[in-house]
Amino acid sequence: MSGAAFSVERGGAASRLAGVVALIAIAFLCTAPWWAESGWMREFNEMACYLIFAMMWNLLAGYGGMVSIGQQAYLGLGGYTLVALGNFTGMNPFLAVPLGAIAAMAAAYPISRIAFRLQGGHFAIGTWVIAEVLRLTMANISAIGGGSGTSLIALRGIEKATRESITFWLCLASVVASVALVHGFLRSRQGLALLAIRDSEVASESQGVDVAQTKLWVYLVAAFGCGLAGALYYLGNLRISPDSAFSVNWTAFSIFIVMVGGIATIEGPIIGVIVFYLLNRLFSDYGTWYLVGLGLLAILVTTRFPKGIWGVVSARFDLHLFPVQRRLTRPPDHGMAPTPRDR
Amino acid sequence: MSAALLATRALEARYDDFQALFGVDLETREGEVVAIIGANGAGKSTLLKTIAGLLPAPREAVRFAGEPIGGLRAGEIARRGIALVPEGRRLFASLSVEENLRMGRQSGRRGTWDLKAVFELFPALLEKRAAPATSLSGGQQQMVAIGRALMANPRLLMCDEISLGLAPIVVKGIYDALPKIAASGLTAIIVEQDVGLACHVSHRLYCLQEGRVVLSGPSDGFSREEISRAYFGAATEAGR
Amino acid sequence: MIGWLDTVVQGVLLGSLYALFAMGLALVFGVMRLTNVAHGDLVVLAGFGAIALAAQFNLGPLAAFACLLPLAAASGYALQRYVLNDTLGKDPLPSLVVTFGLSIVIQNMLQEVFSADPRSLSAGAIATASVRLVEGVTVGVLPLATFAAALLVALALQWFFARTAPGSAFRATSDDRETAELMGLDARVVYASATAIAFMLIALAGVLQTMRTTVAPADGPGLLIFAFEAVVIGGLGSFWGTFAGGILLGVTQAIGFRLDPGWGIWLGHVMFLAVLLVRPQGLFPRTR
Repeated sequence: MSGAAFSVERGGAASRLAGVVALIAIAFLCTAPWWAESGWMREFNEMACYLIFAMMWNLLAGYGGMVSIGQQAYLGLGGYTLVALGNFTGMNPFLAVPLGAIAAMAAAYPISRIAFRLQGGHFAIGTWVIAEVLRLTMANISAIGGGSGTSLIALRGIEKATRESITFWLCLASVVASVALVHGFLRSRQGLALLAIRDSEVASESQGVDVAQTKLWVYLVAAFGCGLAGALYYLGNLRISPDSAFSVNWTAFSIFIVMVGGIATIEGPIIGVIVFYLLNRLFSDYGTWYLVGLGLLAILVTTRFPKGIWGVVSARFDLHLFPVQRRLTRPPDHGMAPTPRDR
Repeated sequence: MSAALLATRALEARYDDFQALFGVDLETREGEVVAIIGANGAGKSTLLKTIAGLLPAPREAVRFAGEPIGGLRAGEIARRGIALVPEGRRLFASLSVEENLRMGRQSGRRGTWDLKAVFELFPALLEKRAAPATSLSGGQQQMVAIGRALMANPRLLMCDEISLGLAPIVVKGIYDALPKIAASGLTAIIVEQDVGLACHVSHRLYCLQEGRVVLSGPSDGFSREEISRAYFGAATEAGR
Repeated sequence: MIGWLDTVVQGVLLGSLYALFAMGLALVFGVMRLTNVAHGDLVVLAGFGAIALAAQFNLGPLAAFACLLPLAAASGYALQRYVLNDTLGKDPLPSLVVTFGLSIVIQNMLQEVFSADPRSLSAGAIATASVRLVEGVTVGVLPLATFAAALLVALALQWFFARTAPGSAFRATSDDRETAELMGLDARVVYASATAIAFMLIALAGVLQTMRTTVAPADGPGLLIFAFEAVVIGGLGSFWGTFAGGILLGVTQAIGFRLDPGWGIWLGHVMFLAVLLVRPQGLFPRTR
């Protein structure tokens, strides 16, 4: 065979365009505290938290092959760490946000020693049990309000507009950072290893991938992200309770967001959270029927359109806004068509 | 000349993107023993699996006893009288020897083959009947797999590489049972790695190479050289 | 001393109900590796079903259960055959998401129809009758009947799987689906039948739960967790193991309640986590 030079391509025109659009949008959003209503910013913050949480669930399940129903454990831990640090140590809550994330990640290590004993569906329920244990534990600790919860008082001295602005910027920055980090991770060697593990643990182990190590790291990173989402959420919400912070609804909504948007893609959760937001605005007044609808939609999507909205669009138009895969191409001057790309 | 019991016509098979069979025509007449030989990856197991219904096929591509059976579920094909002894034995690990044999009954067909007849054919299994099937030696497991297929009282028995992983003397013991099986009126298709053995036990043979039939005819009608050429593909290079 | 004996006995009886919860879960997981996240909600649904039947047709609990049983079997068969069978495979995600969605749907539909208030099925005299075993240890007739039911179910399931042809078919399909189909079985029917049986067990558990105490639409996840813990503590592969797991869980919870009412369920969780850490295969796994 001739010594034709192959090259590995990462991005395409679409992703470069998307990158430009994203930068403009982010810059525009940065100015929001000067023109947006506080109600709108609060909704944005809430959706930002859902997006980060959903991205973490996607990282675990879609890329890592670990389906967890208990990530709310880390969201709750992040939230409670924030409230505890703010109320008991007088620390500036804005500074406490990353500490909430770190606390969640720290807790994830010992928890993983237990949870990783289980596989597949048992892992899923096992993580839920652990979240329940945490919920019950928090509900029994009166210092942080027990079952009825407590309020974040440390922000009371700060002027409302300032508080809202900083919270908004923190949420915006966190979302952007989370997307960038996940994208960066998946493009790295560790990310490739993760995809290999998802496809076949045995095969990747034989290629020298440390499966256990990689899965642990993904689990820790996901815990960090969920803790971050929790800290941010309760920074904005100001009131925390075990039933809210450790509610399985967090996972329920993020499953919906990821499955509808497109699992195992970066674009998917972003689309999913937009859909979720719209459905929320339009139908949440219908209470239980709204939730029934979400549940049925999730079942429908999983059985009929398992790749979600972005999966369908991406396959149909060969579109990748956050290119993760590597394309093998050959320069056309050899008179041959480009070789078929790898997946 | 008896009509074909089983006939495939232009049979193709694929695993996702990979095509394993390219237009295979094969025929087996009632009472015959047909051998299929070929190198690893030639498509022999794929062919048997497709006939047995484990892989999809167009409706008319496979005909059995005059009826098209392409695309039917494996269970339905088993009920019609085709039994496969799968590659690697595939015994049920949580069942005993006897329970494995009894599973052959699930197709609902009655005939000369029952537990008693199988134990007469393979006496070594009798004392092991209550043992977990996977605790037996390789040769005994192969006997269980064959016995299980016989319990379905099929009209066509297909054996996929039953000599695989077994010592020659064990293989001989199993193949010695073949005449008794044939005497009960069964037609057989045997996939076999050992070319000499395949020629010895069969009436006709087919040689597959990369998913195509490259040689077919009476088993005693070919020289060693002809078979080698077909087996390794030397004969067909120009034709591709 | 007698107080502790009473606690243990009550724990055993409570645990037998948990064992009943767990049987259906273990059955379905054993045959097809399916983890049904909606399992607890189905128990609650069965309880409400019995309540509705009893109210509508003025039936006693036994009659309500008898009416519920065929409904449960049929709906289990249909759900598995037409929805869940498509989610089975190497990837656990589809079955988890679909059953999770089912859980949400059931909980909210129940709330819509029955409101969030707890309800119970009037069991008449059985609910309050009791028997004195020894001095200081009194057990209710209903809990005793529950224990007997759990025992019978474990016996029946064990016998069914080990000694009957359909049971062999279930085990064979679980071992190797493809080869089972070569034998003439239709795996879709095997799986659906297994779920039908599981749903009948769920119906039994639901009726007993709603006679023992109240059921509310949101109770499902809690019951799922008890069932799951019983299965894991007992170990996979044998119904006796599941039975033992349930008993152990019940006893642990009872001891926890006695020490401090706020920590009863919590202690059960801790015991579960401890077993997971120390002996992840469970206490009585079946060795293959």
